[in-house]
Amino acid sequence: MPDNYALFRTMLLIRRFEERLLAEFSTGKLVGTTHAYIGQEANAAGIFSVTDPGDVVFSNHRCHGHFLAYGASSPEGSDPYRLAAELMGKATGLVGGRGGSQHIHWRNFYSNGIQGGILPVATGMALAEKVNKTGKIALTFLGDGTLGEGALYESLNIASLWRLPILFVVENNHYAQTTPIELAVAGTITGRFSAFGITTLERDSTDVLEVQAAALEAVGSVRRNGRPVGLILHTYRFSAHSKGDDVRDPAEIARAREKDPLLIHAPRLTDAERARAESEVAAAIADAFARAEADPLPNLKDER
Amino acid sequence: MSTVLESLNTSLHKAMHTDERVYLLGEDILDPYGGAFKVTRGLSTAFPERVLTTPISEAAIVGVASGMALRGLRPVAEIMFGDFVTLIADQIVNHAAKFRWMYNDQVRVPLVVRTPMGGRRGYGPTHSQSLEKMFLGVPGLRVVAPNTLGDPGQLLEAAIADDDPVLFVEHKLLYTRPLLEADKGDLVDYEIQPFGAPFTSYVLRFTNHAVKSHLTLACYGYNFELARQAALELLMEREIFCEIVLFSQLSPFALDPLLDSLARTHRLLTVEEGGLTLGWGAEILARLAERSNDFSRCHFHRVAALDLPIANSKPLEDAILPSVETIIHAALELCEV
Repeated sequence: MPDNYALFRTMLLIRRFEERLLAEFSTGKLVGTTHAYIGQEANAAGIFSVTDPGDVVFSNHRCHGHFLAYGASSPEGSDPYRLAAELMGKATGLVGGRGGSQHIHWRNFYSNGIQGGILPVATGMALAEKVNKTGKIALTFLGDGTLGEGALYESLNIASLWRLPILFVVENNHYAQTTPIELAVAGTITGRFSAFGITTLERDSTDVLEVQAAALEAVGSVRRNGRPVGLILHTYRFSAHSKGDDVRDPAEIARAREKDPLLIHAPRLTDAERARAESEVAAAIADAFARAEADPLPNLKDER
Repeated sequence: MSTVLESLNTSLHKAMHTDERVYLLGEDILDPYGGAFKVTRGLSTAFPERVLTTPISEAAIVGVASGMALRGLRPVAEIMFGDFVTLIADQIVNHAAKFRWMYNDQVRVPLVVRTPMGGRRGYGPTHSQSLEKMFLGVPGLRVVAPNTLGDPGQLLEAAIADDDPVLFVEHKLLYTRPLLEADKGDLVDYEIQPFGAPFTSYVLRFTNHAVKSHLTLACYGYNFELARQAALELLMEREIFCEIVLFSQLSPFALDPLLDSLARTHRLLTVEEGGLTLGWGAEILARLAERSNDFSRCHFHRVAALDLPIANSKPLEDAILPSVETIIHAALELCEV
């Protein structure tokens, strides 16, 4: 299991990558939109510190953090360069510029921009792992906003009924774009899972070690029992839903920032380690964006 | 003589026997019931581990199948009535059909979604429609419709072998129909020219090439039955000779055989059971307009369902859906000009 340094470095990589991304929109190097993971880094870093590289992941619109943490858990480490290239629409991007921010694929990592629609797909992937007896599990991500989608409940029902090895990670950042959870979600999140006979683990924490411990238990349970589990993580995003669409009370955001996962975890490292992480991450991101910027754009000449 | 139903059922048995990656998912598909239209009969007995009866969750049926396909299995999902494809639209349009291209050709989605479409059984507004037109032109998706010519089971096997998602549209009235044999019955005067692979379509042209055909009928699925009957009556009673272009792959589709036939007849009638507006025939006519050298000399008409929900009561349903009579009527009008 990764040590404190690796967890910090992964969270920092996500933070600095997303900050650079948001900054690049004003330079015109990026088009379209993005959904920053800033504030939620402990979730991705914690979860992918306990998964197996062969596990299958289906992520959502807010996928950069998941992808970078998934990459960090792979033997060759995370590759922000190909993600940066994808976001710049370059031919060298993860999917050649065809998908952009929300639609990426690399190894066993997939993402799509449709709320809820990915959940039955991830459930089918879990079924494939089960019948192929690979011992791998599927992980999929949803937010509090996705709780409004019917496809989720069809998936929970089937995943439980057929005993599929899938972890449903709910990242409750309390806002579906601009709509607070109080205006969108009746009942409880755990109740949604228990209605289908699915056990849940719930953490209200931005401490990566707490998330890691919960994820270890959740992932272990799915792998051991071959049954679905819901991992409910209450969190907060510091930046807007996408780029500039923030209507939240600045005082509320400021309070949340006091629980910044980087601030919580940083004291577990020495000054030298923190400095090393900062310089490694800065170099990796500078290199990623510089190479991506120099790369060619794709064209449709090979298409009909 | 084998029926369309037997052909489809046999092909599923064969596919599951030869390839362990083939799975079936759908509502009420277990024996002894064997599916609402019995296409899956016997399969859960023969392959109990690989026939999965599902809750009433059409979106999840196709979504789960899509995830299985992404990870190397070859699922065949059954949607009990074609009317319910509205419930799977997101899974088809934004997921299964998109994945391959969106992920830069790094994945394949070998998924088949089978569903019975069509009316004429008095099932009313939500169990009688032909909604395939909503899926024509969806990038990354093939839409295939079997008919009584050729072998529906072979088409289904080709769909299962296809690395891309296929929406396989079976008209309900075809199930009990016998498969046709070339040179027999009303096909006796026709030379049958196949085109396209692996989803073979056909041009039916008079064996005697000296015969000057007056009209081309373009159709697919069950409407080939109506078109053939109309062609026979037009020949016997009016001495109007019809060529028939019968499509098995509706989308994407090959235009050249139709252009060739049109060059001979200069008249085209498209026949479909879906609603007229923005339907299959509309796209065919638009493509011909762009491609045909002498489009201005040709005459066209579309026969389709009225733009109404399909009624339950028989006289109303009959009036809404195309019939042999409406085809003949439209053909005569075309041939007068």
